[in-house]
Amino acid sequence: MQQRILVGTRKGTFIAEKTQGTWGVRLAGHMGAGVNFVARDPSTGTLWAALGHGHWGAKLSSSKDDGATWSDAPQIAYPEGARHFLPPPPSDLGPGEGAPTLKDATLLKLWCISFGGDGRIWVGTIPGGIFTSDDGGESFELNRALWNHESRGGDLFAGDGTGSTQWFGTPAAEGEFAPGVHSIEVDPRDPKRAWVAISTAGVFETQDGGESWHVRNSGLVFDYSPEPTDEWAGHDPHAITLCPGDPDHIWQQNHCGVFYSSNGAASWEKVSSEDDGVHFGFPVVVDPKDGRTAWVIPGISDARRTTIDGRLFVARTSDGGASWTSLQKGLPESGAYDIVYRHAFHNEGDTLCFGSTTGNLYISEDRGESWIAVSQNLPPVYSVRFG
Amino acid sequence: MPRVELTSHLYLYFPALEAQELVVEATNVAEVVAAVEAVAPGFAFYVCDERGRLRQHVNIFIEKERVQDRATLTDAVPADARVFIIQALSGG
Repeated sequence: MQQRILVGTRKGTFIAEKTQGTWGVRLAGHMGAGVNFVARDPSTGTLWAALGHGHWGAKLSSSKDDGATWSDAPQIAYPEGARHFLPPPPSDLGPGEGAPTLKDATLLKLWCISFGGDGRIWVGTIPGGIFTSDDGGESFELNRALWNHESRGGDLFAGDGTGSTQWFGTPAAEGEFAPGVHSIEVDPRDPKRAWVAISTAGVFETQDGGESWHVRNSGLVFDYSPEPTDEWAGHDPHAITLCPGDPDHIWQQNHCGVFYSSNGAASWEKVSSEDDGVHFGFPVVVDPKDGRTAWVIPGISDARRTTIDGRLFVARTSDGGASWTSLQKGLPESGAYDIVYRHAFHNEGDTLCFGSTTGNLYISEDRGESWIAVSQNLPPVYSVRFG
Repeated sequence: MPRVELTSHLYLYFPALEAQELVVEATNVAEVVAAVEAVAPGFAFYVCDERGRLRQHVNIFIEKERVQDRATLTDAVPADARVFIIQALSGG
């Protein structure tokens, strides 16, 4: 089957396709608008794009004709009465100092979109919410169980909740310091089971289609906390990705390293290897069948957020993170300062693709062994999805 | 009745509005936004958030005066006024 890659960028949606043996990229809509995420619903074939208009707010857009035309979808909005505790921003005093502010929720960002085998559409938002649609995107509803989670501050629709929150924020929150849902991995075996990752709170799992949520932070280490392994240390997953063929194998690129779980996130193990340059980064992709094989794109420390010594490379493990191999062929060995955002790396079969903040789009058709630059002039890339 | 003029930026998303003169029945800003929403569904959520507040980077002027009440849009609109809905220039 012809492979197609949907690319969301700071300035529009693009599609990469291979024609007559050569990959090319073309503009496919939303020119000038920020596209945080774009993906195809495998149930309906509809393309969904999460837009961030600078002036006009976050908007959901869809296309039923492969991106030839787009229209505004029914919009996601927080219901009347949705409030949340906004954590105090980081300061000289350290995170978590001072009292949180109780605030009416309004949509700041549409951050990710996922599709369940039952046709459900899941959208992750800032401030930290999940909206779902069971009618093909005609309407979306806030998942109240996660919104009202005890760790979040309890049910603020009904009263003033617990008065505090274990959730922190993300600088990705469009001017506020609010938490954000950036990863939603639905179990291919059971669409009622899903894992979500939140910056900054950690990983949660539902086994009942979102009726209840359970924290899954066991084994995570947050280096910046006095109690780094505490369940509520302020864990900062940057992305989680499961293995479709072996879904109990879940990978996590975290602010504080790479973590791997082979038991459905019941526990995590840190598998980074700083000697191999593997520690900080945003995205992680997993082999479609082999849950022990994953790829990351390392960057340097949280303070700098660029390549390590100007070298852009991909690291692969095939033994559950016990060892990492650096894959460099076709990628710049010096003078590169790209960083790859959390949604901007994806795979299908043996083909991998990533896009960078510098507007480079690289593709490998041999499991990462070698790479070609398909474009070096795109706007900053926010998301890459086969579909 | 007040006449509404929009930044051309909004015509990108509501092209049908470009071709028409927007004369609306309204006595305050909230009614102006509701009247445009009635002819261009979705418009209000571009200009305001889900609490009905004017978005941070949007401005509305009644003639030369910028509206005061950005939270509930109660500023009065005279019958013959021109109302301008534009993006705020926030630097850059």
